Amino acid sequence: MSEPLLEVKKVKKYFKVGGKKSLKAVDDISFSIKKGETLGLVGESGSGKSTLGRTVVGLHNATDGRIIFKGKDMSTLRGKEAREFNRAMQMIFQDPHASLNPRMRVIDIIAEGIDAHSLLKGKERKERVFELLEKVGLSQDHAKRYPHEFSGGQRQRIGIARALAVQPDFIVADEPISALDVSIQAQIVNLMEDLKEDEGLTYLFIAHDLGMVKHISDRIGVMYLGTMMELAESDALFEEPLHPYTQALMSAIPIPNPKEVGQRERIVLPGDPPSPITPPSGCRFRTRCPQAMDICANATPEWLEAKENHWVACHLYNS
Amino acid sequence: MSRLLEVEDLQVSFKTYGGEVKAVRGVDFYLNQGEVLAVVGESGCGKSVTAQSIMGLLPKKVSRIKGGSVTFEGEEILGLPKKQMQAIKGSKIGLISQDPMTSLNPTMMVGKQIAEVIKKHTDIAKNQIKVRVIELLAMVGLPNPEQRYSQYPHELSGGMRQRVLIAMAISCDPQLIIADEPTTALDVTIQAQILDLLKDLQKSLDTSIMIITHDLGVVAEVAQRVAVMYAGVIVESGTVEEIFENPDHPYTWGLLNSIPKYGSGEKDRLIPIQGSPPDLFAPPTGCPFAARCEYAMEICVQEMPDKKRTSETHHARCWLNDPRAPLVKDLISAGRAE
Ligand SMILES: Nc1ncnc2c1ncn2[C@@H]1O[C@H](COP(=O)(O)OP(=O)(O)OP(=O)(O)O)[C@@H](O)[C@H]1O
Ligand SMILES: Nc1ncnc2c1ncn2[C@@H]1O[C@H](COP(=O)(O)OP(=O)(O)OP(=O)(O)O)[C@@H](O)[C@H]1O
Ligand code: SF4
Ligand SMILES: [Mg+2]
Ligand SMILES: [Mg+2]
Repeated sequence: MSEPLLEVKKVKKYFKVGGKKSLKAVDDISFSIKKGETLGLVGESGSGKSTLGRTVVGLHNATDGRIIFKGKDMSTLRGKEAREFNRAMQMIFQDPHASLNPRMRVIDIIAEGIDAHSLLKGKERKERVFELLEKVGLSQDHAKRYPHEFSGGQRQRIGIARALAVQPDFIVADEPISALDVSIQAQIVNLMEDLKEDEGLTYLFIAHDLGMVKHISDRIGVMYLGTMMELAESDALFEEPLHPYTQALMSAIPIPNPKEVGQRERIVLPGDPPSPITPPSGCRFRTRCPQAMDICANATPEWLEAKENHWVACHLYNS
Repeated sequence: MSRLLEVEDLQVSFKTYGGEVKAVRGVDFYLNQGEVLAVVGESGCGKSVTAQSIMGLLPKKVSRIKGGSVTFEGEEILGLPKKQMQAIKGSKIGLISQDPMTSLNPTMMVGKQIAEVIKKHTDIAKNQIKVRVIELLAMVGLPNPEQRYSQYPHELSGGMRQRVLIAMAISCDPQLIIADEPTTALDVTIQAQILDLLKDLQKSLDTSIMIITHDLGVVAEVAQRVAVMYAGVIVESGTVEEIFENPDHPYTWGLLNSIPKYGSGEKDRLIPIQGSPPDLFAPPTGCPFAARCEYAMEICVQEMPDKKRTSETHHARCWLNDPRAPLVKDLISAGRAE
């Protein structure tokens, strides 16, 4: 754990919408992930988590900024090298229904990457698929079936098996477990942790379930409206969330105990998240921040290390 | 409290390439007026299929309703002709389905899609419909509702699409809302807002809600009663307190054990339930959980346990609740389980 495996430097991803306007889905984000580390990513729905994940693995071209993987700038790679990177970085998609080809059998879906990179053939290919199915808690019998014959959670596991098939180094897991029941969630999370131990896998783990994110992540980043608001080691983030948005997020976690319902003070954010087409000046959170000050509208808060390894973008900590 | 919905011995199968999948194998539960029932259970255990059967939304060609009944306001609605079901759907029962992408028309503005539903099922004046749609979009916490009205599904994030569906489901003030994983794609602040909205509807309009979810935190937050499903049957049901504090089924114990513990500084390994659920092509004759159950006895693999009642509201299907069964603590000390 020393060299960063992945460095994301001032990355932006804007989408063109209606004429000349652009939607700033990801706006100037920087972070790095060390080999063998799991970085959790949480934040408002629509804050750009999936877009960031897709940009990192090269499914979107970044509008600006650099993505450096194993020391190489991804945008400069061509031919064989580019293909190798496509294998090394895999993504598990948020919407398993939309990401599995309905006309393909499960066996061929899982072997898609194996075939594209001509890794295995015939019997070996089939055995590898069977092994993967069992690894993710499905059975060999499922190989011949089509995606629509599966429940939401089963489809998600097919997506996970597909990503694992090419033995990647780095996986962007976009809500990989939110469609699964808790006992299978625990199986998948343990599986991901085992793969991390045994094969040195590195993850960017996007999820809404903060309990699971805390459990699986070494560090956690919090996004709001296209920008990173806070980044810290996961225990530190839970023990002492610095950013007012993170504080609101933490206060809304549902606790699986009927006795505690209504016991906690929830920070309810006023108003709506603003449009990413015309984000607010200064701090993007200021229109909903319970602690906003005058300066918040005038200047963008700096991204600074308020405590050791604990980064935040908020004027409360700009002394 | 009056019964609004009653499902009895529902059985549904699918024809597939590999044979018949017995997805739902004798499900029964009820829902009272103004009550929130949470349905939890293993992925693939038949929760969505149960919801689809109630709504008459099973894929015609490949599915068979093998038996059972579904009564809504005292009338049988299972297998009702499409026309009659259409009238109930949307106006009396609103469905929030699990796959937002497939329930939305990709070529139509999202606002228009909600407007269509309102036009079909209510007599709101034409020039008021758009106002109502925007109001609904705001209610579900969709930012910039006026702009979002004229966007297409692919231009929205996963969570936004989910909220469009929620807005559609509540657009005609239904008596019953069936919500299949309504907040799974949402961040916790919006989730809290949606749960508040559902609770408000329940309080102010006496709406009944059947919510399917994996999140036991959500269950604790909104439900009065819980049904736990496994491999096509309801294995336990009871009030939230009964299920969380006094569960009677080993599968429920396993579920409650699998949640990461809050506050514990050390990262313990999670405790999943080992193994996987039975193959629904050939479901076991005995208890479907037996193969994974730490407490399984001989009888468990031979015969399906009956529903045993431990209180007016609490039922479980498990041989351990039979008076002849040994006590769990004896099984543990005999080294049969830990
Ligand atoms: N292909 C696209 N064209 C236009 N806008 C897009 C596109 N994809 C995403 N967006 C917009 O970019 C923003 C970020 O979307 P993204 O899907 O990354 O959010 P997210 O954080 O993953 O949200 P969720 O938690 O709901 O999945 C949203 O405003 C969304 O509407
Ligand atoms: N159209 C279909 N054709 C064949 N089998 C199907 C079909 N739809 C569902 N099934 C099967 O029926 C069973 C129950 O599926 P269902 O979607 O109800 O599960 P679920 O409990 O909602 O799971 P999840 O929590 O993962 O959404 C699964 O084994 C699934 O494979
Ligand atoms: S019936 Fe037997 S196998 Fe099934 S849950 Fe109870 S003890 Fe376990
Ligand atoms: Mg997303
Ligand atoms: Mg389902």
